[in-house]
Amino acid sequence: MSHLLEVRNLSVSFHLLEGVIQAVAKVDLVLDEGEILGIVGESACGKSVTAKSIMRIIPTPPGRINSGKVLFEGRDLMELPEEAMQEVRGEKISMIFQEPMTSLNPAFTVGDQISEVFRFHRRTPKAEAWEKAVEELRRVEIPDPEKRARSYPHELSGGMRQRAMIAIALACRPRILIADEPTTALDVTIQAQILKLIAQLQGEIGMSVMLITHNLGIVASLARRVAVMYAGRIVEEGPVETIFNAHHHPYTRGLLRSVPRLDLPQGDLQEIRGTVPRLNDLPEGCTFSNRCDFVMDLCRRQEPELRPVGEGHVSRCWLDQRLW
Amino acid sequence: MKSMSMLSVRNLKKYFPIGRKFSLGRGGSVRAVDGVSLEVQRGQILGLVGESGCGKTTAGRAILRLIEPTEGRVLFDGEDLTAAGGADLKRFRRRMQIVFQDPYSSLDPRMSVFRIIKEPLDNFFSGLNSRRKRDRVAETLGRVGLLPEHMTRFPHEFSGGQRQRIALARALVSEPELIVCDEPVSALDVSIQAQVINLMKKLQRELNLSLIFISHDLAVVEYLCDPVAVMYLGRIAEISPKESLYKRPLHPYTEALLSAVPIPDPVLEKKRKVQLLSGDVPSPLNSPPGCAFHPRCSLKTDACKELRPELEEVLPGHWVACLVRGGRRNGA
Repeated sequence: MSHLLEVRNLSVSFHLLEGVIQAVAKVDLVLDEGEILGIVGESACGKSVTAKSIMRIIPTPPGRINSGKVLFEGRDLMELPEEAMQEVRGEKISMIFQEPMTSLNPAFTVGDQISEVFRFHRRTPKAEAWEKAVEELRRVEIPDPEKRARSYPHELSGGMRQRAMIAIALACRPRILIADEPTTALDVTIQAQILKLIAQLQGEIGMSVMLITHNLGIVASLARRVAVMYAGRIVEEGPVETIFNAHHHPYTRGLLRSVPRLDLPQGDLQEIRGTVPRLNDLPEGCTFSNRCDFVMDLCRRQEPELRPVGEGHVSRCWLDQRLW
Repeated sequence: MKSMSMLSVRNLKKYFPIGRKFSLGRGGSVRAVDGVSLEVQRGQILGLVGESGCGKTTAGRAILRLIEPTEGRVLFDGEDLTAAGGADLKRFRRRMQIVFQDPYSSLDPRMSVFRIIKEPLDNFFSGLNSRRKRDRVAETLGRVGLLPEHMTRFPHEFSGGQRQRIALARALVSEPELIVCDEPVSALDVSIQAQVINLMKKLQRELNLSLIFISHDLAVVEYLCDPVAVMYLGRIAEISPKESLYKRPLHPYTEALLSAVPIPDPVLEKKRKVQLLSGDVPSPLNSPPGCAFHPRCSLKTDACKELRPELEEVLPGHWVACLVRGGRRNGA
């Protein structure tokens, strides 16, 4: 059984004035054909760096990929020359970002930016590429696409810009879409529109999606499998129902209990004590040990490995069983 | 006995002129806040929710007169804040404070924590000697869960959550009665959000504070606030006791907002019915005639395109500005 994408033992560090920061450590991930994988975690947990490493768009220096393979279609993306990688980006694997205002080029019209994808990857003639661009805008449900194609990004609303981003990313019908906090900058009603659009296009194109977010609700609504990251590591991974209802890792539990919910009668909001540790100043042993309610001596001495705790369910925790 | 409210906002408006100065009328204007009225009782946390650009932040600032309202009155303990000036205004200022969204830009990086928190004391309690001021700063730090030794440090040495605690301490040190909190937890990570929300709840209870809690997060507002007001394009669409609003939203916009929030539970999430709104929030630059929500509303009638709905009390304490849902009471 082979996976569509396989990340093995990825470690990424940043070499800055204040020292070396281990942003991602020993991350293993797989993405299967047609599935939506959610990656959740708080800021600086390494979720975006993981995604950018797969795309090889980490600025180096200061970044450095210390180890790791990214296996895709029988090749290791880490080994590809830059020209070959450019063929992969946008054609096979695409990415959309949180802030569509800063990821679109303000000096070109939306139509130009979508046409570029066809002209670069498919060598499509200019006029035809433009027509296809308009078609793509229609596909992402932008009203009046002929007119909108001639608009510059600043003339569009946030939701429209994100639709345009999605049109660029999906122009070549990639096999994988990496969506990095795609709705974080948007209002909830617009967020609902964009999530629906992503789910719908995912079905139509049959692509796989890696959905990176801090919003547990979004993960619950779209993902089939979820990886939870903390301090550069995957701390738990499993099917979405398991992660939400039968999680094993105390951090996952803490995350879920710290969000107020509309659907439940109100209990007290349970906070996770302490703060996320700085990545250049991690506690000894388990990285969560200084905030964990179930910490044991062992946790402070030695970092646990990811180990199976159920069907397709792994956890990086020394606990034998759940204590709650 | 409306005048007994601690804060009473009446028909507050804030228009920002566009283009040339003094061109209000000719050059047009952005109607950021367009006739907001609300009451806050002592010890209440009023939630003010809405999407970006709905005017919730402008309303919060105009209430405090951090920006001058174009029209309308703000009564604080029965006294007219909008007419106050000079020493009178300063007296009000001590009693009402604000906490901003981004604790990275709202604290002066060149000031130590001690100076940041002491500044309101210098302004409002110039009679205190420096020793007493130091004690007050230390005591306030304790209230927000920080330690006296943090006084000598600078903002950059703290995490986002701790910075927001410092901002809270700065707001609390002058012993205010009302604090406007403008998206105070939006910039924080979820695990830290819960800490700050719980802290605010605790402080509000201990000090019997009144808060206006401005937020786009309906779940946080439900947890913390009662009553709740929903804003759309500069006006209040619905205002109600929390329970009634969340159990039985009357305005179609509130309904859509509530249904758009994803639930962090995959089983329930699959069953959730989203009432998808088409289109974007119109620009307050040229807000539609009639009900501002009508271009996106599924219930709209011809009247909605022409008549601007006013707030009506449909259920006890539950006010809605909607011709369809508001009028039902009269029709039934």
